Amino acid sequence: MVAIIGVGHSKFGNRRDVSIPELAWEAIKPALDTANIEQKDIDFFVIGTAGVWSSEAAVAPLIAEYAKLEPAGSMRVEAACATGSAAIRVGYTAIKSGEADVVLILGIEKMQESTNPIVIELIGRFGNFFWEFENFGLTFPAYYALYATAYMAKYNASEEDFARVAVKNHFYGARNPYAQFQKEITIEQALNSPYISWPFKLFDCSPITDGASAVIMVSDDKVKEWKIDERVFILSQGVGTGTANLSKRDNFTSLKSAVYAAEIAYRKAGIDIDNPCKYLDGANVHDCFTSAEIIAYEDLRFAKRGEGVELIREEQTYIGGKIPVNVDGGLKAKGHPIGATGVSQAVEAYKQLLNKAEKGRQIDVVNGKYLTHNIGGTGHYAYVTIYGLER
Amino acid sequence: MEFEKAIEKNIEEFGFPVIIDEKSGALQWVDLREMNIRYLVSIENIMPFFEGLREGKLLATRCRDCGEIFFPPQKDCPTCKDSNMEWIELAKEGVLETLTVVFVRPPSFSNYDPYTVAIAKLDDGVRITAWLKGDPKKVKPGQRVKVEISKRKEGYLMYELIPIEG
Repeated sequence: MVAIIGVGHSKFGNRRDVSIPELAWEAIKPALDTANIEQKDIDFFVIGTAGVWSSEAAVAPLIAEYAKLEPAGSMRVEAACATGSAAIRVGYTAIKSGEADVVLILGIEKMQESTNPIVIELIGRFGNFFWEFENFGLTFPAYYALYATAYMAKYNASEEDFARVAVKNHFYGARNPYAQFQKEITIEQALNSPYISWPFKLFDCSPITDGASAVIMVSDDKVKEWKIDERVFILSQGVGTGTANLSKRDNFTSLKSAVYAAEIAYRKAGIDIDNPCKYLDGANVHDCFTSAEIIAYEDLRFAKRGEGVELIREEQTYIGGKIPVNVDGGLKAKGHPIGATGVSQAVEAYKQLLNKAEKGRQIDVVNGKYLTHNIGGTGHYAYVTIYGLER
Repeated sequence: MEFEKAIEKNIEEFGFPVIIDEKSGALQWVDLREMNIRYLVSIENIMPFFEGLREGKLLATRCRDCGEIFFPPQKDCPTCKDSNMEWIELAKEGVLETLTVVFVRPPSFSNYDPYTVAIAKLDDGVRITAWLKGDPKKVKPGQRVKVEISKRKEGYLMYELIPIEG
């Protein structure tokens, strides 16, 4: 068993007020404090950062120097938008294997060290370089829009349905002091925003974000030795990989990598794959774009194929519904600092399960289980993680 | 570049290449070590693909042992673990599966008007991603399309999809 015993989260958004290590410290310090440990207790740390838009390349040593983590072992990992979950994966397996007992995971991204056009240019290259970007100028919204169009055509969904996801996630973003956008929006506002990549408009897209998030993960032995009450366990994790090119996939209404990862995660956690909502109190899913949240409902079996859109129409993913989803604002409103997102989801799982979420966005903890779904690239990397209060 | 004038002025006035960020009001050092990157991507082993484009054909590789067609073309068959490939011409028509119109473009595509990217399943079962010519409002998934080779603004040949009327 691996437990999370401490968490930290910077304010997400435009963070040109701090440098990369300063931003890291905003997440590391509260993580150390809540875990009640010192740097010397950490025997391994993992830095998740995609980092093509920011100045520093040797990020792990930079953080080690600033936060006094050396000479403990480290590595920097990358899995596009699932970088944070990949970092968690490394820490989780390090502890499970017995190689480490106390691990710090930091996800960090300073996307706004580059201008928006440069970020758009760079992120378009997270598909297949030659057969998608170089010759056809795909952007990140465009990759996901190809899925959105296919979903709309197959299941009769509308741009208004997608806008409902934005409205929900902004509703909860407004209740999260760490979110980039803390303002509620209306369906009309979302629908009247300019097109980015049809059918996506501005409010269908997650923003370009700076942010850092951190967790302290320990072995069960440490939980017992240190007599820690405030902790959540990682019950299971499923990881999947998808093809580089979208053209090598056989449909555009589901991410095969996510379905694969979910099946593994459910099986390992003993969750009935046909009725996961019965076991889970809530979830964070990868809503880099609004339609991606709806497809995630189906890939995770919160709804049958084609019925994910019903969940949002009926407001079943608000608190009080069938399963609350992204009640921290999600990538859409909380922001999506690439490397920090997966770790931020873990922070959210910890806060929700331990009843530490801010007023107006705390779920009812009944089953004591929470799911996170983090997708890298255009479905290239999929991480589904189940967190629980009990071992 | 948008920063150049500000840098020049601020080095003169303050002694450093700095700007104040409009949104946060925070002081930024503007990196002077600007870099241009251009990759060299090897196409040595898929040269026939480009020769095919010159002849107006869209080519793929097919494994002579197992028959699997590879597009994008691959030199190696990972199933048979050999490289016994032949070049074949793909079907010239297929069905549109999905599309998007890219309004906000990467700076390196700013010389193009908003373009439509589509994925089509060709009649031999192979899917391709390409630009779709014509008014995107007039097409929907399910539309029959054909493949054509045409010249890009930069002067090089690339394949594209065109809706079939009627």
